Amino acid sequence: MTHAEVKNINVWYDTIHALKDVSLKFEPNTVTALIGPSGCGKSTFLRMFNRMNDLIPSFRMDGTVMVNDQDVYSKEIRIDEIRKNVGMVFQKPNPFPKSIFENVAYGLRVNGSNNKAFIEERVERSLRQSALWDEVKDVLKKSALELSGGQQQRLCIARALAVEPKLILMDEPAASLDPISTARIEDLIFELKKTYTIILVTHNLQQAGRISDLTAFFYMGELIEYNMTKKIFLNPDNIQTQNYITGRFG
Amino acid sequence: MMSFVVVAILVIILGFIAIRGIGVISWEFLTTAPKEGMTKGGIFPAIVGTGCLVIGSMVFAFPVGILSGIYIHEYLSENWLKKFLRMMTNNLAGVPSIVFGLFGMALFVNYLKFGDSILAGSLTLGILALPVVIRLTEEALKAVPDGLRLGSYALGASKIQTIQKVVLPVAFPNILTGLILSIGRVSGETAPILFTVAAYFLPRLPESISDQVMALPYHLYVLATSGTNMEETRPMAYGTALVLVSIVLIINLSASLLRRQIHKKTKMH
Repeated sequence: MTHAEVKNINVWYDTIHALKDVSLKFEPNTVTALIGPSGCGKSTFLRMFNRMNDLIPSFRMDGTVMVNDQDVYSKEIRIDEIRKNVGMVFQKPNPFPKSIFENVAYGLRVNGSNNKAFIEERVERSLRQSALWDEVKDVLKKSALELSGGQQQRLCIARALAVEPKLILMDEPAASLDPISTARIEDLIFELKKTYTIILVTHNLQQAGRISDLTAFFYMGELIEYNMTKKIFLNPDNIQTQNYITGRFG
Repeated sequence: MMSFVVVAILVIILGFIAIRGIGVISWEFLTTAPKEGMTKGGIFPAIVGTGCLVIGSMVFAFPVGILSGIYIHEYLSENWLKKFLRMMTNNLAGVPSIVFGLFGMALFVNYLKFGDSILAGSLTLGILALPVVIRLTEEALKAVPDGLRLGSYALGASKIQTIQKVVLPVAFPNILTGLILSIGRVSGETAPILFTVAAYFLPRLPESISDQVMALPYHLYVLATSGTNMEETRPMAYGTALVLVSIVLIINLSASLLRRQIHKKTKMH
């Protein structure tokens, strides 16, 4: 059971107040969709969990981010330890220009594993979990760049799964894919939530409606509404949420 | 239109050198030392000397230049220091080569007491090549998509692991192209070796890095300006020029071939 929670998060980039006093608790084994217009802070919010925002020099924050009772921003914690526990899938598939096998093994290798049997077993399991194994099992040595876009994205998911994260962050994982590949990714997300807790940023409201259990609506750095997806889409409490869902702005 | 003029000039120069020089090129010319006041024999010691200098300068310039490029691009954030280092690198690239030569003489030959030697000449040429190596390393690193770095960090990799395992392998072919281009630049330089290593006439081959050597560009200069019998050394000069130009051309061509090869490979996705 994975618990992820943020309390009173504020984020600034220089003088821009990107997240305003956001508190949110995630349920284990669910998919939570973060929606909202561009620049509303949802991607910033997503990147709080694996401290990817630390790479931006002007980033400042206060508040707490907890993943499994671990304070992600505590001074004692090692950043690679956090990122091992929190997998991330990006908008554009970004496989390394290495073989399919080495892509999945990468996270294990950089975290110090070099037991061959262990790595092979993990690679196979991760590729099975990401529904890619049957397509690539005979060509594991082939360059990952030769795969199609949809396959590359599933490879990136396998790569994230290989280090056994507790929480998986997805930043518009299907935004650059065709409808068929998108459907496969959505099926996969549905499967993965049995084992993992997933937070998903998406611009595609239908997608949020199809695959998420809970939805959080962000606007201008504030969390406007957080509720069951059905409730948000059918009968939101907040007028701004309603306007966004019905396409009146955004 | 102007580019045709450039091409025409290049063709005329190369053609002129090739026609005048091709007659003296022979196995003997390439493999023996000059004889009889440099009117007979070959240019073998100068070829070997230039080879030594190229290798020596690269032994210095490659590691220093590549590491500097990595530091500037991967470790420095966009601040005044980065801008300053970039500006200085560009300035260094614009310094006339004779200044490098005099600097090399002052520092390596006299102050550090290396004397006229392969060591002093290689270091001087190495400094000359540095800005090129740094700039091209930076360019190569810039061409690596940020998504790959983020992907690596997100899996728990450290900065050094990310650079070693993802960034450098991707950038390597482009870095290599840059290195080859810098070799081309170094092998044709005369001024930096004038006071640091080049010998007027030295038919024996070097035995250690503290020896002087002959080198193709300087040998060409000598043949063209200060032979004892100008009429008879002139064909030798054309031959030397042809060999030197061919070496530089081959190096540059291989760099652009390599670049094309790489582009074919990375276009896959």
